[in-house]
Amino acid sequence: MNPTKERRVFLHSAMALISSLLLPSTVFSRWDANAYNKIDITDSIFSIGVTNPGDLIEANDAIDISLPEIAENGAIVPITVHSKILDTKRIFVFAEKNPQPLVSDYIISKGVEPFVASRIKMSETAFVHVIVLANGTFYRAARQVKVTIGGCGEE
Amino acid sequence: MLAILLAFMHTQAVGTPEEDRAVFLSTFAVNIPGIPVSQYVHGSMMLSTDALNQYDSIMDFPPFQEVIDRGQEIWETPFKNGNTFTECFENGAVNIAGKFPLYNEKLKRVITFEMALNSCLEQNGEMPMNYIDPETMGALSAYARSLSDGMLMQIEVASASAMNKYELGKTLYFRRIGQYNLACASCHLTNGGRYFRDELLSPTIGQAVHFPVFRGGERLYTLQMRYQRCMEAVGAVPFESGSEALNNLEYFHSYLSNGLPLQSSVYRR
Amino acid sequence: MDKTVRFRVRLKDNVADVKIMIFHPMETGYRRDKNSKEIIPQHFIHTVNIAHNGEQIMQVHWSRSVSKNPYLNFRVLSASEGDEVTIAWNDNMGQSGVGKAIIS
Repeated sequence: MNPTKERRVFLHSAMALISSLLLPSTVFSRWDANAYNKIDITDSIFSIGVTNPGDLIEANDAIDISLPEIAENGAIVPITVHSKILDTKRIFVFAEKNPQPLVSDYIISKGVEPFVASRIKMSETAFVHVIVLANGTFYRAARQVKVTIGGCGEE
Repeated sequence: MLAILLAFMHTQAVGTPEEDRAVFLSTFAVNIPGIPVSQYVHGSMMLSTDALNQYDSIMDFPPFQEVIDRGQEIWETPFKNGNTFTECFENGAVNIAGKFPLYNEKLKRVITFEMALNSCLEQNGEMPMNYIDPETMGALSAYARSLSDGMLMQIEVASASAMNKYELGKTLYFRRIGQYNLACASCHLTNGGRYFRDELLSPTIGQAVHFPVFRGGERLYTLQMRYQRCMEAVGAVPFESGSEALNNLEYFHSYLSNGLPLQSSVYRR
Repeated sequence: MDKTVRFRVRLKDNVADVKIMIFHPMETGYRRDKNSKEIIPQHFIHTVNIAHNGEQIMQVHWSRSVSKNPYLNFRVLSASEGDEVTIAWNDNMGQSGVGKAIIS
């Protein structure tokens, strides 16, 4: 490694150390209209900060997702996410075939467990992707949910 | 082909209400062996853990709570004359819904719980509600029925004239109607507990105890609104909610669920 | 205080399991009015800020893909009886609401 690079690496680490002391440990942000308006799943995932598909680490074992196999009604699909990854900072939920795939995101501070349960709308059978941001790395778990048209006698 | 035809034929139950109930019970014991009758209240969800998990999750904190709360407001708001709904019912309307529908000997007709709510309004100089309006009768019924949650269905057929109405209800239950030429019994007695395409047909026993339902967690249906949807589903013009035909049907239909606990305002798909 | 937010809180071993429901249409903008046939405009909560004793502990971003009358379950750490949990929501039409609960 040439001396200039070493110096740059050292300065970068020093800055990182100083930054982490000055900035609050959790950064809350505004609702990201750009990300939420994307209509393609790949674009959606890029829009949250994933720069290359290879940057996403598959982590089905480290992210617990509870979802139905067959949704009783696509308008109200219960989902529970528990991240076992250390220093989980953010949890993103996508429904791949929704008109806008990014469903919700949660910014997690040290004051809460990296756990969230909610109810989402799914327009059709699709994979639900949960992406966790921890230590600057994006981790993903995915599960398919089948969505049928409503029950007997429903419109 | 013959098997399909046979699957949709049915014999009308003949006998006393208890004998009728026994016929229904034995049919379901054959169609869904090993499933306790107490589970029948879960209807089309009863064979799927996946469906029941979603049901439990949603019922833990139901999105339609605001409708029940609105019903409570209606229930607790005094009429112009200062009276409230509680005075119209015995026991302040706590643990009474399981006795409805009942046969009123003086009026010579079947009275449903929703009719009793409307009678209360009329007796107190207020306008009766529209039986199919989810904002008024739907919400009110959702709350008022909750006062009887847990009570066992206990319909009585105590006289010859009551029996006459019960029989009228039973006849409608077994009558083929609509473009599909199906009777309630075709799906829910003969094939109660069996699959029709990807739907599990709910058995008759266990149906009447869990109303109103909120389909998709938001669309309110009283029991008679549900009868109407079923009639439309087989291509028939439905009877009106509050009509004698549906009141008699509800009388017969509810009797069959005697002994099962009431639970109002439930989630359905 | 707001009637739009419902709470259910259970405290165990310094962790408060909090369930909330916010009564809100979460309208997607894809539905048409049955009578007028007009599109019902988008109307949804986009941000929920959650605080514990006045300090923000979580931020929620929602979209039209979240179910009507949205439900949320989260767990507050280092929680004690008497602590206050505050929910502040904002929607795309500029409406907002606040709900508070005391942990007991």
